[in-house]
Amino acid sequence: MKDRALIPLLSSIAFAAIIAACLIGSTAMSPGRLLAALAGAGSTGDAIVLWEIRLPRAIAAFVVGAALGLCGAALQGLLRNPLAEPGVLGVSACASLGATLALFYGAAALSPITVPVAAISGALAATALLAFAAIHTSSVVTLILIGFGLSSFAGALMALLLNLAPNPFTLSDLISWTLGSVANRSFDDILLAAPFMAVGLVFIVLSRRALSALSLGEETAHGLGVDLPRARGFVILGTGLITGAAVSIAGAIGFIGIMAPHLVRPLVGYDPARTLTPSAILGGVILVLADIGVRLIPAPSELRLGVVAALIGAPAFVWIAIGRGRANG
Amino acid sequence: MAEIKLNNVCLEAGGVRLLYDASASFRSGEFIALIGPNGAGKTTMLKCALALMAPSTGTVMLDGRTIADITPLQRARLVSYLPQSRPLAWPVRVRDVVALGRYAYGASITKLKGEDDAAVAEAMHDCDLDHLADRRTDTLSGGELARVHCARAFAAKAPLLIADEPVASLDPSHQFQIMALIRAYVDNGGGAVVVLHDIALAARFADRLIWMKDGEIHANGNPDETLTAARMKQIFAVNAIVAQDKNDWSLTLTGECA
Repeated sequence: MKDRALIPLLSSIAFAAIIAACLIGSTAMSPGRLLAALAGAGSTGDAIVLWEIRLPRAIAAFVVGAALGLCGAALQGLLRNPLAEPGVLGVSACASLGATLALFYGAAALSPITVPVAAISGALAATALLAFAAIHTSSVVTLILIGFGLSSFAGALMALLLNLAPNPFTLSDLISWTLGSVANRSFDDILLAAPFMAVGLVFIVLSRRALSALSLGEETAHGLGVDLPRARGFVILGTGLITGAAVSIAGAIGFIGIMAPHLVRPLVGYDPARTLTPSAILGGVILVLADIGVRLIPAPSELRLGVVAALIGAPAFVWIAIGRGRANG
Repeated sequence: MAEIKLNNVCLEAGGVRLLYDASASFRSGEFIALIGPNGAGKTTMLKCALALMAPSTGTVMLDGRTIADITPLQRARLVSYLPQSRPLAWPVRVRDVVALGRYAYGASITKLKGEDDAAVAEAMHDCDLDHLADRRTDTLSGGELARVHCARAFAAKAPLLIADEPVASLDPSHQFQIMALIRAYVDNGGGAVVVLHDIALAARFADRLIWMKDGEIHANGNPDETLTAARMKQIFAVNAIVAQDKNDWSLTLTGECA
C-alpha cells in the first residue's frame, strides 16, 4: 500500500532536509565537520554555528511548517473545504496581532510566556468566531469571506500599531512578526511553544475519526455517532493552540496549510484522518526547504520566510480554487 | 431488537408547526414506509427520532430511555441513518465510505479487524460493491453511489435503519434493487423506516404505511387497510385508481381533485 510507505518516505525527506539546512549556509560546513559538531567533538566555532544557529533554525522551520500543515488538514476536514487554512481564515493574522500587542505594550518583557499566550489567545478568538460562523452558514464562500475580513481587520490593526510605533526598533520588531521568519530562533523559543502544541495535538488526534466521518456531511456524521459539538470544539481548540504556538515562534506564515494537505490528499485516498500526519511532515519539509532558499537567494537584506511562503503559496491557492470551481461545474 | 417510540411529539420552529401530536413506534422486524406530500413532516419526524431535532413537546424514547440522554455512540449502534442529502466532501474510496458504517464501534477505517472487517465485507457483498471497492466515489454512477450509501448504513448492523428517500432519483430497476436490499435486511431481523414517494413501491415492499400531511399522522396501518382511492384524495388531493394483485400494487393517477 502506498499509504503505508508515505509516512516513512516523508520522514526520511524531512530528516535529509534538516541535515541539508545544517550543512548549507553563509559558510558551508562539510558533513564530516557536521558529524563532529553533533558529537561534540569538532571546533567550538562549528559547535556554536550548529547548536546555536543552524539546528534551532531548521527545527523551528520544521516545527512551524508541521504545525501549519496539520492545522490546515484538520480545518479542511472540519469545514470540508480544501481552501480552509489558518492563514487564509485569518487565524494566523489574529495570532500575530495578539503577539504584536504583547510586544507593543511591553507585556513581553514581563515573562517570556506572554508572547505565546497572547498569540494563542488571538488564534483561539479567530477560530471560535469562524466555527460560530460555520455553524450558521453552510456556504464555504461566506466562511472564506469572513476569514478574509478577519485577516484584513487584524492587518489593519497591525498597520495601526506600526503607525504608532514609538521608535525604529519597535517598528522593526513588529515588522518581523508580520513577515514571518525563523532566523535567530533558539531552542528556548521552541520549548516555550511546545507544551501548547502538544496539548493542541492531543485535541486533533482525538478528532481524527470524526474528521473522516464528516466527509459524509454533518447529518450522516451525526447518524454514525459523531458528537458534533465536541468534534468542532476539539478541532477549534487544537488548531487555535497549535497555530498560536507556531505564530509565537515564527510570526505569520501563510499557505503552508493549503499546499501540504493538497499534495498529500490524493496519496491517502482523500481520507481526512489519513491526511493529517503526512500533511504535517510535508508542511515541515516545505518550510525547511523554503528557509534554505531564503538563506541562499542573494538579496541586499535577507528575505523573510513568510514572504517566500506567500510567493509560492498564494498562486497555489488560486490554482486550487480554479480547479475546484471547474469541478463544481 | 430495538424500538423507537414517539409519544405525542410536536415541533414548532419559527412559529411554523412542523409536526403535530405524532405518535408512532418503529421496531425491529417491521418495514415501515412514510408517505405524504412534500412538507408533510416526514423528515422532521425522522430527525426527532434520531435526536437531530428536539421536540417542542412530547417524548422520543429509544428502548425505554429518552433519546436525548443516550450518547451518540450508543444511539448509533442501535439506529443507523441514511439521510436525504448525502454530500461527499472528498472523493473518498468506496471501501472507506462503507467502513465508516462501523464508526460507532470505534473502528478505524484504515485498520478494520475481526467483526468490523466481516460486517463491511458482508455489506459490500450484499450491495454488489466488491468490484468497486477501490474506486473513488466521484467516478460512480447514481445507482452505484446509492448502493454505497446503503452498504454504509447496513455495515453498522444496527437493529433499526432510518432511510430518508433512499431511492430518489434512481431508475426503476435500481429502485427495486435498493428496496429488495432493505426488505432482506428486515427479513433478517432488522427494522426499517423509509420515506418513499412511490406509493406502489412502498405498498409492495413495506409491512406498514404511515400517511402524513401538514405535520400530522393521518393513517397508520398495512397497505391492504390504508391504501385506498379515498386516502390518495385525502393526503395528496389527487384522483387515483388503486388496483391490487396479491402483493403487486398499481396506481393510476387520473388528475387533481377539484
